[in-house]
Amino acid sequence: MAITVKTMRRPQGKASYLRASLKGMALTFRHLVRTEKVTLEYPDEKPELAPRWRGTHRMEVHADGRPKCVACGLCPTICPSNCIRLVPGEDDQGNRYPVVYEIDEFRCIFCGMCQEVCPVEAIHVGQDFENSEYTRERFVYDLDRLMAQDHPVTALWDPSDPLGQ
Amino acid sequence: MHDLGALSPNAFLIISLIKIGITFTLVMVVVAMLTLLERKVAGWIQDRLGPNRVGPGGLLQPAADGLKNILKEETSPREASRLYFFLAPALSIIPALITFAVIPFAAPLPTRWGLVDMIIADLPIGILYILALTGLGVYGIVMAGWSSNNKYSFLGAMRASAQMVSYEVGLGLSLVPVFMLVGNVTLTQVVWTQQEALGFWLCLPLGLAFFLFVISSFAECNRLPFDMAEAESELITGYHTEYSSMKFSMFFIAEYSNMLTASALMATLFLGGWDIPFWTGDNMRVIAPGIVEGANPAWWKTLLTLGAFGVKTFFFVFLFMWVRWTLPRFRYDQVMHLGWKVMLPTALAFIALTGTTILVLDLSGLRYGSFLYGLILTAVNSIALVLFLWVLDRDRVISGSPPASVQARRFGVPPRVEEPMTAGVPEPETAGV
Repeated sequence: MAITVKTMRRPQGKASYLRASLKGMALTFRHLVRTEKVTLEYPDEKPELAPRWRGTHRMEVHADGRPKCVACGLCPTICPSNCIRLVPGEDDQGNRYPVVYEIDEFRCIFCGMCQEVCPVEAIHVGQDFENSEYTRERFVYDLDRLMAQDHPVTALWDPSDPLGQ
Repeated sequence: MHDLGALSPNAFLIISLIKIGITFTLVMVVVAMLTLLERKVAGWIQDRLGPNRVGPGGLLQPAADGLKNILKEETSPREASRLYFFLAPALSIIPALITFAVIPFAAPLPTRWGLVDMIIADLPIGILYILALTGLGVYGIVMAGWSSNNKYSFLGAMRASAQMVSYEVGLGLSLVPVFMLVGNVTLTQVVWTQQEALGFWLCLPLGLAFFLFVISSFAECNRLPFDMAEAESELITGYHTEYSSMKFSMFFIAEYSNMLTASALMATLFLGGWDIPFWTGDNMRVIAPGIVEGANPAWWKTLLTLGAFGVKTFFFVFLFMWVRWTLPRFRYDQVMHLGWKVMLPTALAFIALTGTTILVLDLSGLRYGSFLYGLILTAVNSIALVLFLWVLDRDRVISGSPPASVQARRFGVPPRVEEPMTAGVPEPETAGV
């Protein structure tokens, strides 16, 4: 049996190329003269980021300048792209601290799970996207660089308020 | 009748050179600005701003683009046919630029050396010259597509040649009523007819021809909805896929100057050229070197009429862009269908109709140029135009594929389930059986 094709029977007014063209021309003209445009002139205007928008990381610091990180090792464990390198150390009072803490922002997929898993709210993903560099090496952020970041951090998802209202 | 003195042969030569220089520069600058305008219009239609980074409001964007194209590396495919590959851009840009030579762009200008025609070459064969050169335009495209040795380019070139040859017919035939009414093919005479001799802009007594001419011009310029030759989405810009840097730029300039020439031609043939409506102060024509019939020429009249010509041309240029960013591309068979089965018969029928009307009017003793003469022609034309649009609209002529019942009869397709689109819509009559 031959293939049957379902055809839509359209009323004349909807099938006419001529009328459709004129309608389209009227529509585009209305948009042409419309004054409000959607263009965001980026370097001059910055986009408004959503509160849960995730960008490059930031490490919280104590008042005396030490990182809040206790080198528990949860973030390199949960990191799906394996971009966090952590070498833990311990001082003479028995406090753990990170000797090496590096995040490869190239490997990072910005899922934000490091921030969610951190027990002391030390590592955060932040609201920053202007992070271009001249060399690839510069994209491995070390501890000093992470602590020096000062952009706002991303808000976590609140289960009691799932839509963020 | 005003005798303002003819130019001496030497002065004629010098002034002609100056006119050529100015016109060439102006056309190139306008073409550059049109590329910017195209992007601006595209932006505005899509609720964007368009380019605005280079210079005030983006005005220097064409200069930046030109510089970029000059500095870019020139590539040519190894398998390309060298000679034709190099020849093609030149062949497409030259006809596009020299067609402007026969278009009168303002009222004649009186100077102390004599009267200067505001047209580069007032050829007695005006429109035929334009038709001949637009016919040449297809060579550049076909050559480019063929010599690139690229299947997409070749497809684009094949489509372009078929399309341009087809629409050349419609273009030429839609001009025949103009020749019949004007009695001449010189463009200055066409302008004079619209100003004084007939007193009607030809878009009124020959509206159907105007309509057909506009459609054919769109096809001739390879502009959407007829950009079969380029077809970015299917053919990766078709015939100029393999071109880069300045050679690509030349195709681009050719496209836009074609558009400009077509717009100027439409303005000249159907919208009175440089005529300012409802004002007889600019109705003049040069009947012999230095001798003007009609109103007295003056430099400010030249400027005003130049402005009028610019406005009319710009209107069509804008129409080109407006349509480009609105309508989708036709399917290839639809283009051919429209060209051969709609435009051609309509143009022929309209020639017959106009010819008959003119003959009857002349036999009835009505004076050519009286108001009634033009009015009757306009009325006949309006009926023809309405009839044409009604048929075009009603029969879905452009859709290409015949209605279901016809298909079933022709191909033996079994009857199919037909579902009305919405419940509330009344069932239409079976379309176009």
